Amino acid sequence: MSQDSKAMVKEAEAPAGYETVHAKSPVFYDIYERKAELKNQTHYCPGCGHGVAHKLIAEAIEDLGLQNRTIFVSPVGCSVFAYYYFDVGNVQAAHGRAPACATAIKRTCPEKIVISYQGDGDLAAIGTAEIVHAANRGEKIAVFFVNNAIYGMTGGQMAPTTLVGQKSTTSPWGRRPVNEGYPLHMAELLSTLEAPAYVERVALCDNKNIMKARRAIRRALENQRDGVGFSFVEILSPCPTIWGKEPVDARRWVLEKLVPAFPLNVFRDRKLDTSPSTMPPQRTVTDVLEISAKDESAQRVAVQHPHHFREYTIKVAGFGGQGVLLLGQLLTEMGMREGLEVSWLPSYGPEMRSGSAHCHVCLSKERIGSPLISHPDVLIAMNEISLRKFASQVVPGGVILYNRERLPADFALPQARVICIPASEIADKLGSTKVTNIVLMGALLEETECLLPDTAMSVLETKIKKLDLLEIDRQALAAGRNFIDSHVRVGAVSQPDGFAY
Amino acid sequence: MRQLCKGNVAIVKGAILAGCRSFYGYPITPASEITEAAALYIPQVGGTFLQAESEVAAINMVYGAAAAGARVMTASSGPGLSLMQEGISYIAGAELPCVIVDVVRGGPGLGNIAPEQSDYFAMVKGGGHGNYHNLVLAPASVQEMADLTTLAFELADKYRNPAIVLADGFIGQMMEPLELEYRESAPPEKPWAVKGTPETQKNLISSIYLEPDDLEDHQRKLEAKYKRAQQTEPRWELYDTGDADILLVGYGITSRILRSAVEAARSQGQRVGLFRPITLWPFPSEALVKAASTVREVLVVELSNGQMVEDVRLALNGKVPVEFYGRTGGNVPSVEEIHADVLARMSVMFEREMLGRMMPVQ
Repeated sequence: MSQDSKAMVKEAEAPAGYETVHAKSPVFYDIYERKAELKNQTHYCPGCGHGVAHKLIAEAIEDLGLQNRTIFVSPVGCSVFAYYYFDVGNVQAAHGRAPACATAIKRTCPEKIVISYQGDGDLAAIGTAEIVHAANRGEKIAVFFVNNAIYGMTGGQMAPTTLVGQKSTTSPWGRRPVNEGYPLHMAELLSTLEAPAYVERVALCDNKNIMKARRAIRRALENQRDGVGFSFVEILSPCPTIWGKEPVDARRWVLEKLVPAFPLNVFRDRKLDTSPSTMPPQRTVTDVLEISAKDESAQRVAVQHPHHFREYTIKVAGFGGQGVLLLGQLLTEMGMREGLEVSWLPSYGPEMRSGSAHCHVCLSKERIGSPLISHPDVLIAMNEISLRKFASQVVPGGVILYNRERLPADFALPQARVICIPASEIADKLGSTKVTNIVLMGALLEETECLLPDTAMSVLETKIKKLDLLEIDRQALAAGRNFIDSHVRVGAVSQPDGFAY
Repeated sequence: MRQLCKGNVAIVKGAILAGCRSFYGYPITPASEITEAAALYIPQVGGTFLQAESEVAAINMVYGAAAAGARVMTASSGPGLSLMQEGISYIAGAELPCVIVDVVRGGPGLGNIAPEQSDYFAMVKGGGHGNYHNLVLAPASVQEMADLTTLAFELADKYRNPAIVLADGFIGQMMEPLELEYRESAPPEKPWAVKGTPETQKNLISSIYLEPDDLEDHQRKLEAKYKRAQQTEPRWELYDTGDADILLVGYGITSRILRSAVEAARSQGQRVGLFRPITLWPFPSEALVKAASTVREVLVVELSNGQMVEDVRLALNGKVPVEFYGRTGGNVPSVEEIHADVLARMSVMFEREMLGRMMPVQ
């Protein structure tokens, strides 16, 4: 402590024989060490309402015994330095974001008292979204909104609450609704929401009203202590310096100009939080992350497949909704269970919800580099568009499984072996078009032997919980395999161009 | 045990293993699965998930939760990260630890939702206002989405600094085997946090320093911290660099394509290697200089118009020619495309060399 400030402390002490009537609340620091100079007085101008508002809040914290469990969030604006004064935990927030910041503090420390203290530019202009949504969520915090109808810290620019006709440095001819719109009434606005528990507007214009403000502030903190809900107190407050008025005149201006424009009222006062609350189920980390022992046993595959490849790549393509991505995922999961390195890469985004979809599956005995496949070993084309789009990409000697009875007449033959299989019809006969992809999977496994049918069943068993659906899948897998067996291997004659039909 | 998992979901799993029980986010393609997985998993392990009204609110919620001592994260993609930049600057200024995930999509503006690596500058060079750095980790697999997220929490706490996981649409959307092991996470004590307790009553979280000398001191303190990170935290991976003529440099999904390109080149006897930065900030400059000390040319490949290439050039400082190959708009180069480009460069390189041998030096 410097010599100067020591001297000032001494001055502040009451001389012997006198009783100090206006004692400083212990919720304020005795000396404002965080201030650069004049550590015994605030940075607020004479007659400013912030000092009064601070005092009322400090006294309420003191009287309710909340000092060592309070967290005060200060805004950007004149009260950015609230942490100079309040001897409580302090967090200084970005401009307008104090309600968001306070939301997360309260959620992190639900038992603590969290105060967001904001001015009109902070709360009602740049931070409009944050205050509306914090109020709408019913965050159990107290918000003190100091409205003096002007930007103080930055030197007198127009606020969202500046009165119609009121001059400011950015409304030099007075606020004109045609250009700047009308003053925002935050208390009224927030009281249209369902969640807030308490919304009141008060004014620091005379002693009677200051006592009302005192009660409102106390009420907001009591609400939070009792877990009632979101409390909002709008405080109409004088700014003599920027308004260009003497402190006494400034107070009168609050009463005569601000109060008529911003009526004093209790807009909402609800005792208890009645919003319905349901808790999600609580589980262990290992269960939630699927790393418990029971997951492990479900996935064990007894037989290791003698894979005939170093790397095998499959592209599945079709319409969104045909189970394109799922088929790819199932193959990937099978590869993983057979001890391979695997990757699955989908096309993604809004087009997936109506248009075409495709995915890339890599099965490999070694670490996979690119999960993108330029030239797949197998293309599973679930519709004609996919066949036309991707057939030419398949490696020479690769396989194309096409979900139709025959190729389109004008289709230029690729170098790959094409197998046409009416998978949708087969699936329909089994009772569900949805298993078209599983029919194709059966055909793929039978034709290429890249993975084991047993692995397919074990994967399907863990993915499909309904027994009747699982049975259809089992039949679909068998039907796909049979088709290859009977039509392609035995019945069908391989034609000179390499086609089965 | 291995589980098949999507990259975006692995992020949340890694976060929960790291002890993260706080997630504040806003959905955006292609990062939405992170927010969805957080909404599903985090409340079940007793944590807080909140969908904010915007990315602006989300990052300021992260600020609040971190100020109160929580291990906290958020996730988004390019446009959302643009909105978060002010908040990240405050978090860095107030020295709060948190993890932020950017699953990069195509830009600028609305761009598209396909993968790009065009947020490198925004994340690695700061992005918000003022002198600060983010710690930036670049996963290249689903496993690393989890592992590097866990690491990001540790580094964030170690340095009291925001840590970014910089992924891309592909790594976020793809599925690969993921192996997780449960361990008790023990986030460090945070005596500086504001917790509403008598012990933390005098604490203040703020980034404001009105006096020029105070702010300069604060920045010097940050600078010292960044220097410490630069000395101890760079991470990278080498692949077949020993005898390489051309060194490929790429991160994230690009490094996977480059790895395949190296294999394709090696199978034809061309000597090509790969240097993959895992930390983008601090950039593994020293390791890169070492890896590039014997090569004839460095080729940087990015899904951008050339951003990381600047750090490669700064690191190598003219010692080796540094060339660039970039694709944008969601286009991703194929292995064949990269291999062909490498071949063309090699033939030019050898041609020049032959010419140099034929021309006698006067």
